Amino acid sequence: MTERMTSPGRSRVVVAMSGGVDSSVAAALLVERGYDVIGMMLRLWSEDCGEGGSNRCCTPAQMADARRIASQLGIPFYVIDTQDVFRRTIVQFFIDRYAAGETPNPCLECNRHIRFDWLLNHAMALGAEFLATGHYARTERAPDGRVRLMAGRDAGKDQSYVLSVLTQEKLRHALFPVGDFTKPEVRALADRFGLPVAQKHDSQDLCFLADGDYRRFLAQHAPEAVRPGPIRTRDGRELGRHTGLPNYTIGQRKGLGISAPEPLYVLETDAAHNVLIVGTREELGNVGLVAGRMNWVSGEPPAEPFRAEVKIRYKARSAPAAITPLPSDGARVRFDAPQRDITPGQGAVIYDGDEVLGGGIIARVETERD
Amino acid sequence: MRRIYLDHSATTPLDPRVLDAMMPYFSDTYGNSMAVHQYGREAEHALETARETLAGLLNCAPGEIVFTSGGTESDNIALRGVAQHARLSGKPVTVITSPVEHEAISATARQLHDLFDAALRVVPVDHFGRVDPADLRAALQNLPAGGVTLVTLIDTNNEVGSRNPIPALAAVAHEFGALFHTDAVQAAGQFSLDVQQLGVDMLSISSHKFYGPKGAGALYVREGVALMTPQTGASHEDHRRAGTHNIPGIVGTARALELARAELPETAHRLSALRDRLVEGVLEQVTDAQLTGHPTDRLPGHASLVFKNVESNLLLMHLDQRGIAASSGSACKVGDPKPSPILEALGYGPEWTRGGLRLTLGHSTTEDDIDAVLSALPDAIAQIRRITAHA
Repeated sequence: MTERMTSPGRSRVVVAMSGGVDSSVAAALLVERGYDVIGMMLRLWSEDCGEGGSNRCCTPAQMADARRIASQLGIPFYVIDTQDVFRRTIVQFFIDRYAAGETPNPCLECNRHIRFDWLLNHAMALGAEFLATGHYARTERAPDGRVRLMAGRDAGKDQSYVLSVLTQEKLRHALFPVGDFTKPEVRALADRFGLPVAQKHDSQDLCFLADGDYRRFLAQHAPEAVRPGPIRTRDGRELGRHTGLPNYTIGQRKGLGISAPEPLYVLETDAAHNVLIVGTREELGNVGLVAGRMNWVSGEPPAEPFRAEVKIRYKARSAPAAITPLPSDGARVRFDAPQRDITPGQGAVIYDGDEVLGGGIIARVETERD
Repeated sequence: MRRIYLDHSATTPLDPRVLDAMMPYFSDTYGNSMAVHQYGREAEHALETARETLAGLLNCAPGEIVFTSGGTESDNIALRGVAQHARLSGKPVTVITSPVEHEAISATARQLHDLFDAALRVVPVDHFGRVDPADLRAALQNLPAGGVTLVTLIDTNNEVGSRNPIPALAAVAHEFGALFHTDAVQAAGQFSLDVQQLGVDMLSISSHKFYGPKGAGALYVREGVALMTPQTGASHEDHRRAGTHNIPGIVGTARALELARAELPETAHRLSALRDRLVEGVLEQVTDAQLTGHPTDRLPGHASLVFKNVESNLLLMHLDQRGIAASSGSACKVGDPKPSPILEALGYGPEWTRGGLRLTLGHSTTEDDIDAVLSALPDAIAQIRRITAHA
């Protein structure tokens, strides 16, 4: 195999490859479009990364697949050791937020701190103008030169939620080649490019867990975050004991180990007092939230309150709401109809149709009384 | 973009003159050297001619040459052959190595310990990676009575290029009745190796390091050294290495070493001048950089450097993108670089041991190549230090 030689005038793209179908097709599309493409894979930290073990998202087999695909496409391929920075930022963040009673979304932070910072810096140091990933999302250049972040064309696969952390500066260097296609079209493209990945399943779950069980992970790596404590109603009645706050999710009904005349649901956690708060189905719906660490994709917070749709977790449906920008990167969201399962630590992402206007991290839930 | 190959210690291209010598033995003279017919005799003639050539170059008897598949196999036959033979006679085995041996030695020694209970002793190295004969003498004290001791010390270190004082070390080993093996894989073709002058009992070489073919090499075994081969089969190589002879590889090995030897003084002179200019240029331009290994008693075309707080993997990537092929003792293709054990053994701290860079020059290397490296390397290091400093 002879790799394509660099030629001046073609813009250079680093594509983050995982060995999976989406990033492989992204790389193939970029090669076909004439870019000077370099494949890179991040070697991330995983708890069984010791001798022989490795992250489930970058196992030796996936690395071999990505390497093979890169050689088939005639592009160079490098694996970047990211274990230390990933452990210090993403994994530690995951532990810390659970210890604070939240349910963090590490993928958002990984895109913020690892992919579109660490990896983007490495790409640009190599002379790349763009970093491409296999995300189902799109970008568009607005007339004023700003880059708009749009949902992927395949609504069922849309990953714009986890990209809502990207600023204009990052988006200017981002390419999402598969965002214009549906998953079946991407599989068909893989077939057309002769990539041996067309039948692979999507990767899921948190990549740094050995077995996908985050409760076991926390009990093992952050035992101080998983302490038994009381289960109470909002008015302070103690109904039983919980096994550790991270073991429960907002909206959970089963497995609480308490008996009550009517079904009870997890409403919220009080990490400061290590209390699990439960209530009835009626109490579950919440009308609003306050998000912090807002990223307004356009680069400026809107001056006035406005109406849009808000997604409160990756797989949630977006719901109509009124949004009020707050000082210090905050935003208040009031839903038209109460939403179940609003969970501090998850992202709240604001959409105008297909366009991502911004996103933040849910800091607290607001009930009717707030 | 111009491509510059500076990884000759990893492997070298086949010399076209060597290819010419090998060509007839693929499809024309293809017999099995063990066969009684004319085809067999022709192959046997090529085999024995190559053996005589190689024996002449190493200054030994033809019967003391064992053709192998390369350096790793030669090392395995030497270590396992001695240990298995001792084991058969019920003698305790002691293997003495250094911490800077090639894995073909260190991993084999470890397995001999696990399998045969061989006692392992490790002699320290100095800051250049060399063994002091006095330290070897200390390691040879209180050997088990009636046992077999094998000292195996690398002739020239692959990672840092330093040369061991083999004649003095072999003499010390012999004082204590120990056998002495050396891995001369890097040295062959670059120094004129004379097994009598070196005083070794066994010596490993590999053809592709001196412009010969891959998958071919040899082990010198002094007459009288008792080996029990780890590779059993028919009686090839006087029962020391079973398997049909790789005649093209064997012919290529002899021809390649013959050419290397003939051109040695001129090549060594040219490459060491280029190397010195490269090393001086890098040390002048890059802060927190050091030469590793001995400054003068080293391979002529071998420049090994170390950069503080630089990850070699990234450096190799940046150089590759600038068309420069280099290597490192701590780099790996799967993104899990470990500190170089060799640099650790030489006493470098953790801020240095991930930052080794090896640039090894060869026939194709020109003044222009050195200029290109001197213009690319400082910038690549600056880029990497800039990104990783605040990560």
